[in-house]
Amino acid sequence: MDETMDEPHAINATRVSYTLESTLASVTKAEQAAAEVAARFGFQSDECGRIAMAVREAAVNAVLHGNRCDPTKRVTLSFEATPDALTVAVCDQGPGLDPSTLPDPLAPENLLKASGRGIFLIRTFMDEIRFQTMSPGTEVIMIKFVRGPGRDRSKEDNQ
Amino acid sequence: MTMKASSRQVEGVTVVDLSGRITLGEGSVVLRDTVKDLSAQGHNRILLNLGDVSYIDSSGIGELVSAFTSIRTAGGELKLLNLTKKVHDLLQITKLYKVFDIQDDEAAGIGAFDRQ
Repeated sequence: MDETMDEPHAINATRVSYTLESTLASVTKAEQAAAEVAARFGFQSDECGRIAMAVREAAVNAVLHGNRCDPTKRVTLSFEATPDALTVAVCDQGPGLDPSTLPDPLAPENLLKASGRGIFLIRTFMDEIRFQTMSPGTEVIMIKFVRGPGRDRSKEDNQ
Repeated sequence: MTMKASSRQVEGVTVVDLSGRITLGEGSVVLRDTVKDLSAQGHNRILLNLGDVSYIDSSGIGELVSAFTSIRTAGGELKLLNLTKKVHDLLQITKLYKVFDIQDDEAAGIGAFDRQ
């Protein structure tokens, strides 16, 4: 973990959360934290990369589109591990997001657009994604289930 | 890892060797500025060598798309060279694999540009 990242403020065997500033540096910190947590959880390298990318994209949305880089607003990042799944939540303090308004980036008319692929990538790389309206803000909850070859069970003893 | 870009001229084609991460922030800006500068200098036949690009996020994908469309609008061509598996997979997932002309050999990639 980057030493400049806030110390986790709620930690036990299965859950850890961080409060991050609304900066691009926080996006990289969130990505790194996700890669580390996923690896500790026992996911294989490729799967860790996908989880980390999903978390990065959620953090980008929270910082840029949610909090709009407002220095007074924070992003909360949390990881929760259960025997069945790793759940990651990214919460901003922005005006809220209606996911039903997001255009399909695979539609022919959107293929050559420069933006709009972040949530699509999260949906692709995680097993479930949910949006929860907060007051204020949006919480994006992403779940990766433990199943199949995606998890390296040799690491389970180290959890 | 910081993104780096260097360009060279080969048979009328500008080969841009990129390395590092093309992500929101510096990486995307380096790519954008490099392509913009080349285009301003009249270099509109560009082969982007992504062989040493370790990572691209959605912002980086968007920057590749922007570079492609801006060069095409200017009457030029932009092709991609030497995709890593990660980048290849991302372009496939986003259905951009068939939008870009993707080459895995530099000489063949240079030969694929329209002769002027």
